[in-house]
Amino acid sequence: MTLRNRELVNLLLVGLLTAAGFTAVYIARQDVVSAGSLSYAAFFLALFVAAHVILRFALPDADPFLLPLGGLLTAVGLTMIYRIDPDLALRQGLWVVVGLAAFALLVVFLRDYRVLDRYKYVLGLTAILLLMLPAIPHLGRTINGANLWVGFGGVVFQPGEFAKVLLVIFLAGYLRDNREVLSMGAGRFGMPSPKHFGPLLVIWGGAMLVLFQTNDLGGGLLYFSIFLAMLWVATARWQYVAVGIGLFAAGAYALYHVTPHVRERVSIWLDCSWGFSSACPVYDQGYQLAQSIYAISGGGLFGQGLGRGILLTGDGNTYIPYLHTDFIYAAIAQELGLAGAAGLVLLYVVFCYRGFKIALQASDGFSKLLAVGLTAALGIQAFIIMGGVSGLIPLTGITLPFVSYGGSSIVANFMALGLLLMVSDRVNREHP
Amino acid sequence: MNAQVRRLFFVLVGLFVTLILMTTYWLWKAPDLEARQGNPQLIVQQLTIDRGSILAADGKTPFARNRKVEKKQVGSTWYIRTYPTDELAARPVGYSTIERSRTGLEESLNDYLTGSNANLDTLLNNTLDKLRGITQRGNDVITTIDVDGQRTAQEALAGQCGAAVALDPTTGKVLVWASQPTYNPNLVEGHFNQIQAQAAGAPCEPAAPLLDRVSQGLFIPGSTFKVVTAAAALDSGKVTPSTTFEDPGYCIEYGKKVFNFADQSGPEVFGTVTFAEALENSINAVFCEIGKRFGAQAILDQAKKFGFYEKPPIELPSDEISVSGLYKNGRLYDPSDPNAVDPGRLAFGQERLQVTPLQMALVAAAVANGGTIMQPTLVDRIVDPDGKVIQRSEPDTWKEPMTPKTAAELTAMMTAVVEGGTGVAAQIPGVPVAGKTGTAETGRAGENDTWFIAFAPADNPEVAVAVALSNQSGTGGATAAPIAKEIIEALLR
Repeated sequence: MTLRNRELVNLLLVGLLTAAGFTAVYIARQDVVSAGSLSYAAFFLALFVAAHVILRFALPDADPFLLPLGGLLTAVGLTMIYRIDPDLALRQGLWVVVGLAAFALLVVFLRDYRVLDRYKYVLGLTAILLLMLPAIPHLGRTINGANLWVGFGGVVFQPGEFAKVLLVIFLAGYLRDNREVLSMGAGRFGMPSPKHFGPLLVIWGGAMLVLFQTNDLGGGLLYFSIFLAMLWVATARWQYVAVGIGLFAAGAYALYHVTPHVRERVSIWLDCSWGFSSACPVYDQGYQLAQSIYAISGGGLFGQGLGRGILLTGDGNTYIPYLHTDFIYAAIAQELGLAGAAGLVLLYVVFCYRGFKIALQASDGFSKLLAVGLTAALGIQAFIIMGGVSGLIPLTGITLPFVSYGGSSIVANFMALGLLLMVSDRVNREHP
Repeated sequence: MNAQVRRLFFVLVGLFVTLILMTTYWLWKAPDLEARQGNPQLIVQQLTIDRGSILAADGKTPFARNRKVEKKQVGSTWYIRTYPTDELAARPVGYSTIERSRTGLEESLNDYLTGSNANLDTLLNNTLDKLRGITQRGNDVITTIDVDGQRTAQEALAGQCGAAVALDPTTGKVLVWASQPTYNPNLVEGHFNQIQAQAAGAPCEPAAPLLDRVSQGLFIPGSTFKVVTAAAALDSGKVTPSTTFEDPGYCIEYGKKVFNFADQSGPEVFGTVTFAEALENSINAVFCEIGKRFGAQAILDQAKKFGFYEKPPIELPSDEISVSGLYKNGRLYDPSDPNAVDPGRLAFGQERLQVTPLQMALVAAAVANGGTIMQPTLVDRIVDPDGKVIQRSEPDTWKEPMTPKTAAELTAMMTAVVEGGTGVAAQIPGVPVAGKTGTAETGRAGENDTWFIAFAPADNPEVAVAVALSNQSGTGGATAAPIAKEIIEALLR
């Protein structure tokens, strides 16, 4: 079977699962949703088959699992959002259309992704500018205590999601150029000279400063982790990781003492997670995390069933604020149980496996680091938010890639997926 | 770089594994978390269960049942608990609410009512129902409560602070379980302040409308306890109903005269009387003398044979049942040194005795049933949603506090109490009634605890009853006996 035919079979399986999911929600919530909305699944399948057809022409040798995996994650999210609020699902569906359109434009018009290497500094600076946009008066929008959004004639978007992809491209190009020098080390502490390290620190430090300024702790943690992971892969020096973690610990400690916002997050995490002590302020600041943990624990092994979980109050609001975005993992654990939650995590593991496999086979450093960076970014982001929602680590607001409601997140992730497939296509053509 | 890529993959896999372990940890903690504040999981889950009804002994009158509410926004059906008979069986049925949890049979039989009783068959059915999306249905409980008797008792007690309980002495089935002041269980959710307001006029402080005075309320038994003392005396073989005693009108204890109480009928000084006459007229001096002769230990031992010092085994939550016995500083007191207890005052039911109406009904039932107390029960049978009986209570012996001979002698003596003694107010034309009055001093005028325990028909008992009232100025014969009579009439009708 050719790669593309295999992809088509995978997509059809995803389509079947999606149809089953929507049907389950429909059966459970007939009072609220109409039979017409069942056509979501068909519409959804048609979209992905269209993307598949484009890949047949543009990237015939690309990995056959990544698009179906992205599709399945999107379907899980769409089903869950549909179950929480059918109107939001319609809007998310439109964002999927936009995301796949961006995906198609990228793979059709960007014939060779390696040209991006040439523009790495431009892209890096663009990333910082994007991150700074929300801080600009009249343009920025503050939602839920963090100003990460930009309003643009009625459309609100989160530039940080795109900055993430651009930063990965910058790091891949920059680290490819300097990896030899960086991995040799120099000076008393085995640290490289500022000449080689400087630009890295400027771009990365700038990103960090902007993130703290905008109160985006989840973003900060994510960028820092991506940076460390790519630096480690490029240089093979564990010292960087050690120093990086040391710096992170020092920074976190300082932040804990300076920012009340951070102190509150940590104390909620200590009280409400890990044993769930009676000190947890379940009606105040700890409400969101406590409700999330209640929902996860109430899901049991196989969940309450799609559309049957205890997620909505009598008047249709959600018990957990931001259930459809940051907290969607709790909704999945509630309705699909431990089995469903573990299945979702497994999807991310398989996604990472395919992504890293592309990196392993790539012959040039830029492709390798790009594939590693894009894949690690997705995996780490998924871990940070699912870990936060389940109380494993302090909660920091960030979207669950492909699953959470949110236009910027969907579009940026589909563009990242497009880049990954482009690397994969080149790799497979070189090593048939 | 490939080695690092592989390691990075394993690091990520490790992180994801801890994530799944954390999720599993919450599953394991679920039983603990369910009870936490603000957790809607269990509450809403309970609301989606079609909880079983609680019915009267006739199997028709519902004390508690569900109202179906379609919650369109949530896409599910909720079952809200209602109590069609309002106050009538507020005790012992209790209530099941979201805000204030559960009490009474609603609490103790919760597993049966929700259908989650640990029975392999029901568990399997529930799991299958859940998979098929079918509402979990609970089992119906048919109680032993007689609607007429219950209504009669509640109405007779209205305006008082007290309790009445009646049971079938041969089977232990509770027929009446009434407590006043009471409450309307429909008001517990959301209108709790109305319950307090309605109980405000009650003649006792605090009114405590939620208190189940049958099994939780503690009263001083007074002369009703003479039945226990008499059982000890007769069972010893040293005293018969015809043994004679001298009544000087008082009893000397610790060098002091303890005078007879106004509860007795007839002259203040009876002179030479038989033991039967002493019970008939409730002469304290004679029982005081018996107490001194047998000692406190023998009387307390006899009381324990009747079930004092333990919780009667009835289907209510354990924390809603009080233990009868001596109390000291508000706590149950089982003296290691019997000399610490005044035997004379103990023998006529004063000292520091505190008893529940349920316990005294069981004393009456013991005499009625030839010296054997049957295990008291409020549940006749439990029926699953398909109408199959999954549990039926069978009569079972609980205590054997005296010989059948003693029981027969006490029956004759107690019949005399109603025929011509302190309990004449309980006479029913054509039905021989055996009974014993009690008027216990609390030390404050007009705040006596008054009693009547009885059974009927005396020659072939079908009903044993105990009525206790607090804050009374009259005697047990004048206040409690007429209520007991009404209840017996209603039950024998």
